[in-house]
Amino acid sequence: MATKKFMYLNRRSSFGTVYAIESLEVVLIAAAFEQDVSLAFMDDGVYQIVEGQNTDGIGMKNFSKTFHALGDYDINKLYVSKESLEERGLSESDLMPLVYEDEDDDWEEKPSIRVVTNDELKAIMSEQDVCLSF
Amino acid sequence: MLHTVNKSSFERNSLQSCLNTIDDTSVILFIEDGVINAANNANSSMIADLAANGRVFALQGDVEARGISSKLADNIKLVDYAGFVDLVVEHGTPVSWV
Amino acid sequence: MKFAIQVNEGPYQHQASDTAFQFAKAAIENGHEIMRVFFYHDGVNNASSFTLPPQDDRHVVNNWASLDIKNAEGEPELVVCVAAALRRGMLDESEASKNSIEGNNLHPAFRISGLGQLIEAGIQSDRLVVFGD
Repeated sequence: MATKKFMYLNRRSSFGTVYAIESLEVVLIAAAFEQDVSLAFMDDGVYQIVEGQNTDGIGMKNFSKTFHALGDYDINKLYVSKESLEERGLSESDLMPLVYEDEDDDWEEKPSIRVVTNDELKAIMSEQDVCLSF
Repeated sequence: MLHTVNKSSFERNSLQSCLNTIDDTSVILFIEDGVINAANNANSSMIADLAANGRVFALQGDVEARGISSKLADNIKLVDYAGFVDLVVEHGTPVSWV
Repeated sequence: MKFAIQVNEGPYQHQASDTAFQFAKAAIENGHEIMRVFFYHDGVNNASSFTLPPQDDRHVVNNWASLDIKNAEGEPELVVCVAAALRRGMLDESEASKNSIEGNNLHPAFRISGLGQLIEAGIQSDRLVVFGD
């Protein structure tokens, strides 16, 4: 199968709408297809991967821990918009420590989250073959 | 790339987010409520330069449906659905800003 | 060109399904191929055989059915995501009986399948266009 660059564009926070959980479900299935996968978190999408989510009070499933599994599925390019974080008073240290083991570097554990500027995201997006927005 | 925007900038920040990440050769097509962005209004400066460079399109059917055919900003190029298809063919990966 | 389409919203609530249909129709009329339309999130509701819109308005489900989008084996390529469908109560005969539910509501022009069909469509098509809200 030819390899294409797939980008999953996340711009909304979790729970208020279904898009966050259902887009993560697509990403997990996509892992089996061995394509070049990136996730982009911008606007309120950055809240999907904020550390410390607790849904006990709203009676909904807390699926945020599922993001930790992405590294095991070779999904390790999680681009987060620097501007979106800053606008929201957030920094990289507010995000979940999502990691993967780099098989090309002695299985060293490395961060999957890459905070990027809008200009950098522009370049990344322009390389994509398929862009799924949710 | 072809960027489609289906929301007015008065309703959501989708247009701004699109503009933050659009590269130098991509084009924007306004569809559905997004055609409001093609009208002369307080936010028109957001797309004035892009439109002057021929990079802003709007779906004609959506413009007419909303009664804004005579209120469009300068340099907006109207297309029908066949034109929408042509834009996707010509400009590569479509990105949908909702 | 070979197009794949993703529809993320249900009929009538948002314009997404209408726009997607008009796009698909124009593409077909201009000699392109729609290899698959994948319905996700509330988009699965576009496959309901129970919709009864007013007579003077468009029938969204029938519009999709009218495009006769099928593969070489004659199977529908209007594909509804099984996980999203089950969550929202969109069932074909097989899913209904598997889950001991009486009745089913998937229009015959559609078929239920997994998310892999969406990824496959992204891989095999020249362009994947997403319609949402």
